[in-house]
Amino acid sequence: MKMTEKDCKGILVFAEQKKERIHRVSYELLGKGKELAAQLDCPLCSVVLGPPDMDVAELIYRGADIVYHITDPMAFAAPDEVLYEQNLVRLIRDVKPEICLFGATNFGRSLAPRVAAKLGAGLTADCTHLAIDQGQLVQIRPAFSENILAHIQSTAYPQMATVRYKEFNEAPRDTNRKGQIKAMEAYVSDNSPVKILEEIVKEDFDIADANVVVAAGAGVKAKEDLKMLQELAELLGGKLGASRAAVEAGLIAKDHQVGYSGNRVKPSIYIACGISGAPQHIAGMKESGIIIAINSDPSAPILNIADYAIVGNLYEIIPKMIRKLKNMKS
Amino acid sequence: MRIVVLVKQVPDMERVKFDCEAGRVDRSSAGTEINPFDLNALEAAVSIQEQLGGKIITLSMGPAAAEDALKDTIARGADESVLLSDRRFGGADVKATAKTIAAAIKKLGGADLIFAGIQTVDGDTGQVGPETAGYLDIPHISNVDFISAYSETDITVVSNVMEGSYVKKSSYPVLITVTKDINQPRLPSMKRKLSARKAHIPVWGYEELQDYIREDEIGLQGSATKVKRIEVPPAVTRKGQVWRENVEEAIDGLVEVLKKAKVLEV
Ligand SMILES: Cc1cc2nc3c(=O)[nH]c(=O)nc-3n(C[C@H](O)[C@H](O)[C@H](O)COP(=O)(O)OP(=O)(O)OC[C@H]3O[C@@H](n4cnc5c(N)ncnc54)[C@H](O)[C@@H]3O)c2cc1C
Ligand SMILES: Cc1cc2nc3c(=O)[nH]c(=O)nc-3n(C[C@H](O)[C@H](O)[C@H](O)COP(=O)(O)OP(=O)(O)OC[C@H]3O[C@@H](n4cnc5c(N)ncnc54)[C@H](O)[C@@H]3O)c2cc1C
Repeated sequence: MKMTEKDCKGILVFAEQKKERIHRVSYELLGKGKELAAQLDCPLCSVVLGPPDMDVAELIYRGADIVYHITDPMAFAAPDEVLYEQNLVRLIRDVKPEICLFGATNFGRSLAPRVAAKLGAGLTADCTHLAIDQGQLVQIRPAFSENILAHIQSTAYPQMATVRYKEFNEAPRDTNRKGQIKAMEAYVSDNSPVKILEEIVKEDFDIADANVVVAAGAGVKAKEDLKMLQELAELLGGKLGASRAAVEAGLIAKDHQVGYSGNRVKPSIYIACGISGAPQHIAGMKESGIIIAINSDPSAPILNIADYAIVGNLYEIIPKMIRKLKNMKS
Repeated sequence: MRIVVLVKQVPDMERVKFDCEAGRVDRSSAGTEINPFDLNALEAAVSIQEQLGGKIITLSMGPAAAEDALKDTIARGADESVLLSDRRFGGADVKATAKTIAAAIKKLGGADLIFAGIQTVDGDTGQVGPETAGYLDIPHISNVDFISAYSETDITVVSNVMEGSYVKKSSYPVLITVTKDINQPRLPSMKRKLSARKAHIPVWGYEELQDYIREDEIGLQGSATKVKRIEVPPAVTRKGQVWRENVEEAIDGLVEVLKKAKVLEV
């Protein structure tokens, strides 16, 4: 059964939750979704899968007119793409939205394509802009390792996209807003072929929300040398980032990696210490407010994209900076 | 044990040129290579085969020239390859690509394990793996950077989703997408390189797949998204102030910048 333009109405935002905390990208999607819904003159809906006692009113406060709450005490506690997909597909077939948006989180990027395949819909990946043109969704996304922007339209319904985190403003929160919560028991809640055995608990570190990033590259020779970078980061209220080379050398955990196969960051200040500026690194930090580079090689490519650069030895420069900043503070 | 590895030939991103004015990618400006993440997918398959035996088949949809990429996979440990190539496959989006790949896997008689890269460096959607699993109606596990255990019947891996690392176990068949962190791909030996050169790579067009897919499901016609326009944004121009000799002056300058950016008040 194929959905056509005539049957489909409304915008559906998938709200990702973990331990009943809703991912902030969902609020950003509701913010953008509200704008699109106004242009299309259609309702804005949201779907969340979680335990029956989860408080989902927040999605109403953030702009949803209807919240579909698919409930099961256990099934959605872990990221099981097959169970999520089976339930979402059933709901989407019932609700028939014209637009379906997912956050381009790791989970969203894994789940949305499964859902699209089951619906036979198209899916645009990792959008950074969305607009309406003649009633159709225009989806704009970077490709070719961030070198180009493609404008994409769907030719089947629903028009589906995953949207990058931190591209749009969060919908404002209005606790007086009214909407409808439709709770329903999960269509499917067991028999998944994938067993989720455990979550490996790691240091709770998220570089994406840092206002200042001090990043270490292969120019930092030893693990203990990171201490001075950490100190600099702390003086600036920031966090430690790293190039892939630094992660591979075992200096620092992968969560800190910035770049194409690591994290994308957009801090106000990015300080690259001993990082050459490979395209895969730049892809993850080029949207930073101010880029500062410290590098001993005057021909390092990072200098071409820096606002400010010091050509010199980081082992001399960073301790001096720390001293100066400390003197200023005291 | 049959393992299928999905590989895509991509332009060498260090060399490819982007035309800002015309808004296009000049693919002829660069050589081609195997999508780097697909080498990790292949390495994962080879290391499992070393323990369990079985056969590794690499599969690629692309132009005739993608034969080179497939020969390279044979040099790196694949037993067989199939190239899906037909003018009618052209212009495929992820939907049509995944359906065509799924049809080829069905024609092969299915697979126990399918490995794909987490994303490509050109189209860069990261969707082909999960959609292929969707069209095959088998589970997938994505963003895998560690294989903890495997046997003739199941595999246990670490999947990075929902801001966490989850240990997941699946029986076969299952499709797994891998990151660069999963392993260090080995280089092909001279001997394998030589024999790969002579390898025969079968090419399947629509005719070979027609029992498994309709003609309106492939290529442009089978696609559900259209690239309307490509924009090459000009590189952002940065201030570009460089201090070279005088470190003291440089640090004073930087501190001024940090002050202005209001990050010193914390
Ligand atoms: C598919 C793919 C994905 C990738 N993803 C990523 C990614 O997500 N993130 C990433 O970072 N990389 C990534 N890479 C790797 C990337 O290509 C580079 O290899 C990596 O960024 C290099 O790290 P680096 O700049 O720290 O090291 P290098 O390139 O070795 O540079 C070290 C720099 O330190 C300088 N230096 C040395 N000593 C000093 C000193 N005492 N004082 C000051 N400067 C000094 C040197 O002049 C040099 O410029 C990826 C590669 C591929 C193929
Ligand atoms: C600028 C641009 C933007 C695009 N945006 C979209 C979009 O948003 N949505 C959409 O549906 N299509 C889009 N396309 C089309 C899409 O790139 C192609 O369909 C492409 O064939 C597959 O997608 P990918 O490169 O993104 O692969 P990915 O999904 O990133 O690849 C993941 C893995 O799947 C396997 N794989 C991918 N392609 C093949 C292949 N041809 N043969 C064998 N294995 C393969 C590899 O293991 C690879 O590592 C876009 C194309 C361009 C040029």
